[in-house]
Amino acid sequence: MSAYAMAVAGSEPFLERAPLLLRDAFVQLLPAPTQWLVHHLITIVAILAVFGLFFAFTTIAERKLLGRLQNRRGPNRTGVPQFSILPWRFKHTLFGLSQPFADAVKALTKEDIVPAAADKLLHFLAPVLVVAFSLLTFAVLPFGRNLIPVELDSALLYFFAAGSATELTIFMAGWASRNKYSLLAAMRALAQVISYELPLMLSVVPVVLVAGSLSTREIALAQGGWTFGIIPHWNVFTPWGFAGFLLFLVAALAESNRSPFDLPEAESELVAGHLTEYSGFKYALFFMAEYFGLTALSGLGITIFLGGWQAPVPFLGFVPSYAWFMLKLVGMIGFFIWVRGTLLRLRIDQLTRLAWQFIVPLALINLLNAAFWSLTRDWTGALQLVRWVISAAIVVGPFVLLGRKLNAGRAPRTYRYATS
Amino acid sequence: MSPAAPTQAPAPFGAPSGPTVRTVTDAFHGDLLEVSMGPQHPSTHGVFRMDVTLDGEVIVKLKPVFGYLHRNHEKIAENTSYLASMPYTDRLDYLCSMSTNWAYALAVEKLAGQAVPDRAQYLRIILAELTRIVNHACLVGFLFNDLGTSFTPLLYAFREREKIIDLFEALSGSRMMCNYQRFGGCRIDPSPEWLAAASRLVDNFPRFLDEYERMLTGNEILLARTQGVGRLKAANAINAGITGPVLRAAGVNYDLRKVDAYGFYSRFDFRVPLGEHGDTYDRYMMRILEMRESVKILQQAFRDLPTGPIMDPKAKIRGFRPKAGEAYGRLESPKGELGFYLLSDGTPNPYRYRVRPPSLINLTLLEEMCLGHTVADAVVILGSIDIVLGEVDR
Repeated sequence: MSAYAMAVAGSEPFLERAPLLLRDAFVQLLPAPTQWLVHHLITIVAILAVFGLFFAFTTIAERKLLGRLQNRRGPNRTGVPQFSILPWRFKHTLFGLSQPFADAVKALTKEDIVPAAADKLLHFLAPVLVVAFSLLTFAVLPFGRNLIPVELDSALLYFFAAGSATELTIFMAGWASRNKYSLLAAMRALAQVISYELPLMLSVVPVVLVAGSLSTREIALAQGGWTFGIIPHWNVFTPWGFAGFLLFLVAALAESNRSPFDLPEAESELVAGHLTEYSGFKYALFFMAEYFGLTALSGLGITIFLGGWQAPVPFLGFVPSYAWFMLKLVGMIGFFIWVRGTLLRLRIDQLTRLAWQFIVPLALINLLNAAFWSLTRDWTGALQLVRWVISAAIVVGPFVLLGRKLNAGRAPRTYRYATS
Repeated sequence: MSPAAPTQAPAPFGAPSGPTVRTVTDAFHGDLLEVSMGPQHPSTHGVFRMDVTLDGEVIVKLKPVFGYLHRNHEKIAENTSYLASMPYTDRLDYLCSMSTNWAYALAVEKLAGQAVPDRAQYLRIILAELTRIVNHACLVGFLFNDLGTSFTPLLYAFREREKIIDLFEALSGSRMMCNYQRFGGCRIDPSPEWLAAASRLVDNFPRFLDEYERMLTGNEILLARTQGVGRLKAANAINAGITGPVLRAAGVNYDLRKVDAYGFYSRFDFRVPLGEHGDTYDRYMMRILEMRESVKILQQAFRDLPTGPIMDPKAKIRGFRPKAGEAYGRLESPKGELGFYLLSDGTPNPYRYRVRPPSLINLTLLEEMCLGHTVADAVVILGSIDIVLGEVDR
């Protein structure tokens, strides 16, 4: 509470304080014994509302962006039916922006089919829990300078603990469906979580080492400031941070089951994987959880590598911090959609091999790199350049060697033609 | 170690009809999982089914099951006149109706001893090569879809396919079921505008191929997923009667356009690409390279297209009764050797009508190609063989 009180009383711009002022004004109206409860409930409701809507518009953004990547337009017809403020138009399609709401109505009104042989309890619990676990991770993300739902000293540990639980619900869903495709998907999900939980954490540890804290608030704060007034002090603009960010992106793609690591729901192999036996709203819940997980991981990546809520250039500092966070979030999600529209899917053995033979060693080396970086903190002038070169060499060398080993024996071929 | 007999407990009466996991008490393998992939699986390219037995995700047994689309094609053709079967051959390989029409026309012309005018020969080659491009573009797109892209390469390929199919529609009136060839020639003479449009399209096509290859051919994930996967040995392929790009990917130089030189193919300058490893990547590259060769053939055909009639004036359309005898006409369809065997007894109907479908025969070694690979690979291998269920089941 003290941090909030300071912030509210502080000299920050009004927009920066506005959400907190609004909440406190509302809380003050209530009797004192219930204030702490309402205080937290408002936070929860705000997260649910903001990220619920964000999820809805992510789906339409994904469909439209994928459409554009594929020479088509994507959904652009769903509007507000038979409603127009302009007399000469029958309806507004609003670029199809109300498509997610139409989808929600469809999902809610569809028949919910549970296979006769399914484990009914687990089959029901899996979609509920997957949403619950994926929402838990939002609790520790700093959405703005003062907007942290829960300030934990070990926020990162909490994030990974809550985040990895979602994969267990995928296993639950796959097992409970009593469908062979679902079962195979469940096995894949387990292999994937074991392989990629470790690199995900290892890619984050360098930041913890340099920032000296597990608290997401501290990590975001430590990335403030600019070199020469133009290059932000974000972790991604250091050699170890850049490498860590790339490793984090790959691991985050795998962790959130996005293409090219969407093996548990590989639609061309396992029909719909663990979702095969789900329909209606339960299916929608899985869908929602997947996007929540993606959003949370993007938020973590932003907090840890992309400067959190910090503005990229000094003269744009007047824009409220939460706006920067959301802008970066949109950018990250856009990147993930772009990847989905571009890449092929790996095979399960290649997926695990990539994790253990490439990403884990690189992440460990990157940890050494961060240690070097924090040891040489007092190097200045020309030594600063030496520091950069050494740090870059520490990751680039192993990257090239490991990559060569990973792709050994595979290359584009040249072909001969029949002579006669 | 003595292999114990598989034990399977009978399901109790009234037990819910769920999937059953058969226990194989083999000391090495433990439990195997039998999965019936298809006929409603999203990537079996139609109503095709693979009964696969899995050890983990590795295939230890695979049985192709087909016949879900059987519609008595051959028997129906034996009960109707020769010409009446022509539109029905469109439905065999519904992506390549122009080549299928030609194969049937080739067999009947051989049976009746009919000649084909020069212009019709050239038109047939133009349309067959356009069909090859359509087929290969679709195949490559679908292959990437099986590999897990979210439709992007497929829709790029479809963009080009649509342009060619629009040409087919302008010429024959139908996008896919063209019904264009006749015994002794072709049905419609294309206008100069059509020829100009087609020629322009063909000249621009290499740009699409370059774009496609730049984006995809060197992709590390594609290399990892396809190189060394689904190897087919040349000797086995020959023994099984496999033809087409699948055979050439295994390194066997066998292209009916060169071997038989049917039509006027001997007048054209083109090369036959050959693979070396016989794996999925080679099969993919065969298609890309063949499309480039097809473009070369098409450019020559547009350059040399003679004027003249498109139909043999002596050809008899009504009351067509070939003399008693038999004939086998075959050509290099985009999928392999497509043959029609006809036995005539002098009546208006063929006494025996038999199709040699390349899709079906290329499927016979599916198990051999898939054994030891994972489910994900089986889907890709099937995609690289290039089947159309209309032709497999007939």
